[in-house]
Amino acid sequence: MKKGDASAFLLLIFLIAVLPIFSGSPYTLTVGIFSGINALVAIGLCILMGYAGQVSLGQAGFYGIGAYVSSVLSVHAGFPLVASMIAAMVVAAFAAAVLAVPALRLKGHYLAVATLGFGEIINIVLNEWGPGGPSGFGDIPPFNLLGYTIHSTTGYFYLIWGLVVVVMFFSVNLLHSRTGRALRAVHDSEIACNAMGLDVAALKIKVFILSAVYAALAGSLYAHYVTFISPSSFSLFYSILVLMMVIVGGITNVWGAIIGAVVITVLPELLRRFEELDVLVYGLILTVSLMFFRKGLVPILIEKIQKLRGFAVVKH
Amino acid sequence: MLSIKEIGKSFGGLTALRAVSLDVKQGDIKALIGPNGAGKTTLLNIVSGIHKPDNGEVFFMGEKIVHLSPSKIARKGISRTFQHVELFGNMTVLENIMVGRYAKTKAGFFSSGFKLPSIMKEEEKILQKSGEILDYISLGHRKDELASNLPIGEQRVLEIGRALATEPRLILLDEPAAGLNIKETRDLGEIIRKIREELKITIVLVEHDMELVMRISDSITVLNFGEVIADGAPLEIQKNPEVIIAYLGEEEEIQKGYNAHP
Repeated sequence: MKKGDASAFLLLIFLIAVLPIFSGSPYTLTVGIFSGINALVAIGLCILMGYAGQVSLGQAGFYGIGAYVSSVLSVHAGFPLVASMIAAMVVAAFAAAVLAVPALRLKGHYLAVATLGFGEIINIVLNEWGPGGPSGFGDIPPFNLLGYTIHSTTGYFYLIWGLVVVVMFFSVNLLHSRTGRALRAVHDSEIACNAMGLDVAALKIKVFILSAVYAALAGSLYAHYVTFISPSSFSLFYSILVLMMVIVGGITNVWGAIIGAVVITVLPELLRRFEELDVLVYGLILTVSLMFFRKGLVPILIEKIQKLRGFAVVKH
Repeated sequence: MLSIKEIGKSFGGLTALRAVSLDVKQGDIKALIGPNGAGKTTLLNIVSGIHKPDNGEVFFMGEKIVHLSPSKIARKGISRTFQHVELFGNMTVLENIMVGRYAKTKAGFFSSGFKLPSIMKEEEKILQKSGEILDYISLGHRKDELASNLPIGEQRVLEIGRALATEPRLILLDEPAAGLNIKETRDLGEIIRKIREELKITIVLVEHDMELVMRISDSITVLNFGEVIADGAPLEIQKNPEVIIAYLGEEEEIQKGYNAHP
């Protein structure tokens, strides 16, 4: 692991640990929880898009599969909670594989439209055949493991951000490994990858599955935290929102996914004071930030730090 | 080691290759020359599996490879470089070489993500081997730069280094000297020769720089309009009247041109 990643992990863990102590209001923690859930989806999309160069506008589909499969299994089939969450990830992985085999022959806009179509199909299926139809269903059991059930907001905050750390640890390691290099290589030149003996199709399918599993994990956490779900939470709007997170944070850096998720989740809360104008201000901020910080927050931050260091070296 | 038999290929109505046959001996530097549009790159693309021929067969170490995918062919031991450099531009010089080690290593998604001890050892070996390769092609001092920031001469050498990282038995070089100045071309020639002599890797070279071709190749095949018009040692090829006509066109021009560039 590189030095920058190690310090980022320390900072992240520190912030997670102290936030509930300094600002323990359930409201802050709830916003934090949703940021964490969104971060999980965004990390997957960032690896898929920023590193492997594959577009997806269908992450809401996998997020929805995660939420619904886990809920249905724990409510109607009596699965233990963790088992139903794992099953949800397996189902999402399977769906991703089935989608990926034909879709990843497509590139760019075509792949975007294909994944968008997938997300919409899942949304329609949830509306038509999901329990409760468009109005969704509730009484989903809260998270429990080995007989211990989490009820408190603080508990959920630690659970979800703990999982963000684990997922991030896995992702950073992966990206700095043989596989991660191969994914980035696929982004740059598929033809050269073939000449190096890389199985490009298999790599694309695997990274697609990875992003789907992250989204499904987030979806199941969402369902068991909120204990009520309906199809509207898993619409195209959510896919676009995740895309925004990844881009605002900086698509070329996986840490950007976390920053982007927090910013996009927290921003509407901060804009509450503008009342009916909040959506307008929100849109304005996003547009302006995309115009002036096109690379995304984290890459810009890294550039600034490197510049400062450069100056420091010159001074001495 | 490489045997191309009666390869035919057309793109739409355009015939790129017509019953092309040629053999490459183990340990040779074989040059493939000919005017633009003669089908040289198409032939390389067929050997490396990017294009499938309409008919004919390619044997590598006695094995038919025409039906295989490019990545399978690469894993059989044929690596290549590209006419238009195909480096991983957003990755560092060292990382480019490390990608070349992919087929010789096996860390998967899970073991990489959880950093299992076996992976750490493998990663160390990849790093060490890649560093050695970089030193071998004299790019060690560039290792942390982005590949796209290198000058074209070094990019071409890096492509060769990346091909070496796959431990190939045969390397196909598609116009490695294109865009290089005289000194860079000479250095490149030395690297190619070194690879053949020290690493015993067979080389097939498509190249327009005749000086380079004549200096380093053991045998030359000349293609013109998708057909082999000559095959032999550099000296024979230089004197072959058909080759001269193919390159220079009219009869009268020949003497002048030939005398000017022996």
